[in-house]
Amino acid sequence: MDVSLLLIILLVGAIATFLSGDKWASKTALVFSLAAFGASLYLLSLYNAGQNINFIARWISVPNISLSFKADGLALALVLLTTALTPLILFSSFGNSYDKSRNFYGLVMLMVFAMAGTFLSDDGFLYYIFWEIALIPIYFIALIWGNGNPQSRRKAVVKFFIYTFAGSLFMLVSFIYLYLRAGSFLWADLTSVELTAREQFWIFLGFFMAYAIKIPLIPFHTWQAKVYQKAPAVGTMLLSGIMLKMALYSIIRWQLPIAPVAAKEYMFYFIGLSVAGVIYGSIIALKQKDLKKLLAYSSLAHVGLIAAGIYTLTLDGLRGAVLQMISHGFVIVGLFFAAEIISRRYNTTKISEMGGIRIQSTKFTSMFMILVLASISLPGTFNFIGEFALLYGLTQVNIWVAILAGTTIILGAFYMLKMFQKVMLGKKNEKLFADVNFNEGFSMVIIIAVLLFFGLYPKPIVDLITPSLEQILAVINRI
Amino acid sequence: METSLLLTLLLAPFAGFLFNIFFGKKVSRNISGTIGTIAVAVSFIVSLNFFFQINSTKQPILIDLFQWMTLENFNVNFSFLLDQLSVLWLLFVTGIGTLIHIYSISYMHDDENLNKFFAYLNLFIFFMIMLVVGSNLLIMFIGWEGVGLCSYLLIGFWYKNQDYNDAAKKAFIMNRIGDLGFLVGVFILGYLFNSIDFATMKTAIASGQSVDLGWLGFATLCLFIGASGKSAQIPLYTWLPDAMAGPTPVSALIHAATMVTAGIFMITRLNFLFDLTPDVQMIIAVVGAVTSLVAAFIALVQNDIKKVLAYSTVSQLGLMFLALGLGAYEIAVFHVITHAFFKACLFLGSGSVIHALGGEQDMRKMGGLRKYMKVTYITFFIATLAISGIPIFAGFFSKDEILMVAFHENKALWAIASLASIMTAFYMFRLLYLTFFKEFRGTEEQKHHLHESPSLITFPLVVLAILSTVGGFISFPGNSWLNGYLTPIFIGAREEHHLDGTTYMLMGIAVIGALIGIGMAYSNYIKKSQVPSEDSEITGFAKVLYNKFYVDEIYMAVIVKPIYAIASFSKNFIETAISGFVFGLGKVTNIVGNQGKAIQNGSVGFYLFVFVIASASFIAYLFLAQ
Amino acid sequence: MQNVLQEIGVDNYIYLSTILFCIGIFGVLFRRNAIVMFMSIEIMLNAVNLLLVVFSTYHQDAAGQVFVFFSMAVAAAEVAVGLAILVGIYRNIHSIDIDKLKNLKG
Repeated sequence: MDVSLLLIILLVGAIATFLSGDKWASKTALVFSLAAFGASLYLLSLYNAGQNINFIARWISVPNISLSFKADGLALALVLLTTALTPLILFSSFGNSYDKSRNFYGLVMLMVFAMAGTFLSDDGFLYYIFWEIALIPIYFIALIWGNGNPQSRRKAVVKFFIYTFAGSLFMLVSFIYLYLRAGSFLWADLTSVELTAREQFWIFLGFFMAYAIKIPLIPFHTWQAKVYQKAPAVGTMLLSGIMLKMALYSIIRWQLPIAPVAAKEYMFYFIGLSVAGVIYGSIIALKQKDLKKLLAYSSLAHVGLIAAGIYTLTLDGLRGAVLQMISHGFVIVGLFFAAEIISRRYNTTKISEMGGIRIQSTKFTSMFMILVLASISLPGTFNFIGEFALLYGLTQVNIWVAILAGTTIILGAFYMLKMFQKVMLGKKNEKLFADVNFNEGFSMVIIIAVLLFFGLYPKPIVDLITPSLEQILAVINRI
Repeated sequence: METSLLLTLLLAPFAGFLFNIFFGKKVSRNISGTIGTIAVAVSFIVSLNFFFQINSTKQPILIDLFQWMTLENFNVNFSFLLDQLSVLWLLFVTGIGTLIHIYSISYMHDDENLNKFFAYLNLFIFFMIMLVVGSNLLIMFIGWEGVGLCSYLLIGFWYKNQDYNDAAKKAFIMNRIGDLGFLVGVFILGYLFNSIDFATMKTAIASGQSVDLGWLGFATLCLFIGASGKSAQIPLYTWLPDAMAGPTPVSALIHAATMVTAGIFMITRLNFLFDLTPDVQMIIAVVGAVTSLVAAFIALVQNDIKKVLAYSTVSQLGLMFLALGLGAYEIAVFHVITHAFFKACLFLGSGSVIHALGGEQDMRKMGGLRKYMKVTYITFFIATLAISGIPIFAGFFSKDEILMVAFHENKALWAIASLASIMTAFYMFRLLYLTFFKEFRGTEEQKHHLHESPSLITFPLVVLAILSTVGGFISFPGNSWLNGYLTPIFIGAREEHHLDGTTYMLMGIAVIGALIGIGMAYSNYIKKSQVPSEDSEITGFAKVLYNKFYVDEIYMAVIVKPIYAIASFSKNFIETAISGFVFGLGKVTNIVGNQGKAIQNGSVGFYLFVFVIASASFIAYLFLAQ
Repeated sequence: MQNVLQEIGVDNYIYLSTILFCIGIFGVLFRRNAIVMFMSIEIMLNAVNLLLVVFSTYHQDAAGQVFVFFSMAVAAAEVAVGLAILVGIYRNIHSIDIDKLKNLKG
């Protein structure tokens, strides 16, 4: 039993979903995603028991590429995030009906497969392939099943595709250069290449282009809000919940260990850029009139903070970043789902057309409130754990940067509560708001339960990721 | 045994919260309220038990549950510390909490969301207990933010009114500004001590571990910013008056007696750190004194009965901070307790009045109520005497001690605080006279409905009035039980102030000052029968005061508006510019492609021509390069 | 062979093949008729062949002459294919003027 099984389940799931026909597609996808979740839990238990769950096979001899999948605690944590969110996302979509749903759900499963592969790949080339495969399904999902005016949607989605794709090419160039120096794409070989500071700088920058666009950091973020707005709810959740984390994870896994000198040398620029994103995203979110766009900018602020934490190169920063990646994954999926629940009833994502919902649905209000509070990292929710560690990590680097980044505590509360007030409170809305049904409530309750449980007892995740992060830090600090 | 007792203490209100959230709608209104009340009463009984235990053993109880957060150089555990300070706080939080729950059963009886109200109140008590018993800064922070959340939920309890929601949001955000300060303080302390445990830090200081005083000062300053957010001090006080949008029991419980004293609790908790940073203490003292004066000024001319009380709360909190800044922590605690008694009584009394008048809060439309509401009037009168600093009532002792310390440490601060006290006496009696004396100025219909409130409302009033009368004796000048009780929370011995000539002189001055204030109020509102003029007729300095020094407007113009302006600018220009640049790259590619297309004109001859010229120039280059 | 080379001088052979090559180039560039262009290409090829033979002799190395055989074979094949294409084009547009072949226009 090794990690390849998980990938096989997901790939087979994608094919089976595609073949299953429109009627059964969503259910097939759900079954396979649950199987994948079960498999990843089983893998976790094997990993904790100390068994070897890595999969390594020869693939291509020239150039030297191998099928190598490795799972350490960090990768497993992210894989678990992926496979745990997927059934939730799929389940949440049961309230929508999509044309040609077998294609839709097949693409979703394919994307999940690719993302899981990205987290698990130990070979740079393999990693790059998975990285790019993940992009293709979301392109079609957003383009074909998205909402809003087709013309502007096409413009936004094509921009997103070309933008991220172009960014990835810089990473490919870095990989090829590294291959020429190392003669292999394996992580262990790439990280042991002796590079001069100058080389490291360019390689670092190559990776940075790919990641900064995907995360996104300012000023590479302009694709984000529109795509989030136009994509169908499932697409938005996949993008914000998992795909962003792919890039953040890649920074920890690839960029920092390969070019540690550059990472240390230019640390402040990258932290500065990330923190600027935190403030910029929060401020712009204040003025958004569209709920999904507002959430997109809030996401921009949050991932900026995560990236800042990663670039501190401290254990606290990294650990906080990973914790925050996981918690943000859950909370943003929950929030986008809440937006979807509203738009199912009101057929709009414009904040001005909402309001007065609380009086009609107290259940939904409570759930939405908890998600909002988690998003502004109230202590006791999972997000607080990550945010505290992140800010503490930043403090170790520079206290003023930490304070600047900490304004997210204030601004986050500002825009989220303002949004909540406008969306939920006030006099009764004339349009009927049906209370959440079982399907919707179920997904929400699970997300909330996860956020609250790990908010009080994050130790399992901390114990899982810490050894891996320490190893990576040891690699980073090898010079 | 202690663990399970502590869990009972903590989880009883939480259970009440869960019950009222999930089943509150299904059971009858009285049961919902009763269960909420019992939940808090259970906590009160457990607190009493702990209080007697600690008072006799003098040993703090530390209960460690499980590891919560993991950081590189320290861990944060879910652990709780019950010592003299926390048990004292527990006692009055749960005690007054119980009374206010009882009061609320009747006061909120007709509200459609009664169960939600009790749920939030219970949740508040839960978080408040968490805040008080946490053994490290982060557990305290859970409670700290949690009570902020409950305050948000309860201020905006009548959520259909967006103005109330604005007030709730404002309270939360201003608290968050302070919370950032709190967090930064925690970071620095964690960095300095490799721990954020109160006990560990105290041991470190007591054992003489050397600490970078510069950083420590920064940390205590940040913590003070946190405290000033929660306890409504300059510059973060403006949320508290707005918070009066919430139901009156909420104002009494959260915005007068308990939550707003959290800042004082925190500073007292960390007294050993603040003692090392005298500069920060000075800042605290000055901020406290100035706040007490500014708030007292504003309170002079307010006409909303709850607004007056709100500003008076800000003012009294300022006095407490003055005491903290002067290092007299036990006196600040003393004033917190007496203030909790009389201010809760005042708020609940005002609630009773508002209840009787069907929601009217404007004092210009009250008057003469003592004839109709005997119990409310008497209790209110006692509490007013207490807050004004009339001897034998609770407020006299605590306020007098603050003034005395201020006199010994810094005469200017003493003068400011004394002035604030005189004004307190004036505006409180102004309130009393306008509300209860002379003739009723409301509508006939209201007059017809005037009645004494039911016993569920008057009972807490009576209890609190008694406490406001006798509460001062826990720290009788010269022979203070409280000071002795609190000694273990400090490092080393505390100096006792002895009764001497100066003390009596200061007491005399304070009493005379209070009497002057009362006299002025009497001559204005009883003798001359003045009634405050209509909003539009207010002019001059009074208008500035009436508009609260325009602080809200200034904040709006200096902070909020610019943030929005930046947001608009970013959204409309920067975003467009970046987006335009990215699209521009695409466009450039397009243009280059379109232009380049012309070269591909399809003429084979031309291709050949280019091919030959290019090869020739390439070869020529190779030759020339040699 | 060496004698012939010495009598005339290797440089003259180079001049000759250069002239031939240039004639070929100009023919390709300035004639519009596809068949003439083909002939010009052949001239260029032969110029190169000549040069190969000359250098092969000069260096006393037979490899160059072997190479010429390859080159001639390829040239023959190329002409065969090229003429077939031209016939195909002529059938379609009734002309072999290359200015009329603009289907590649981008």
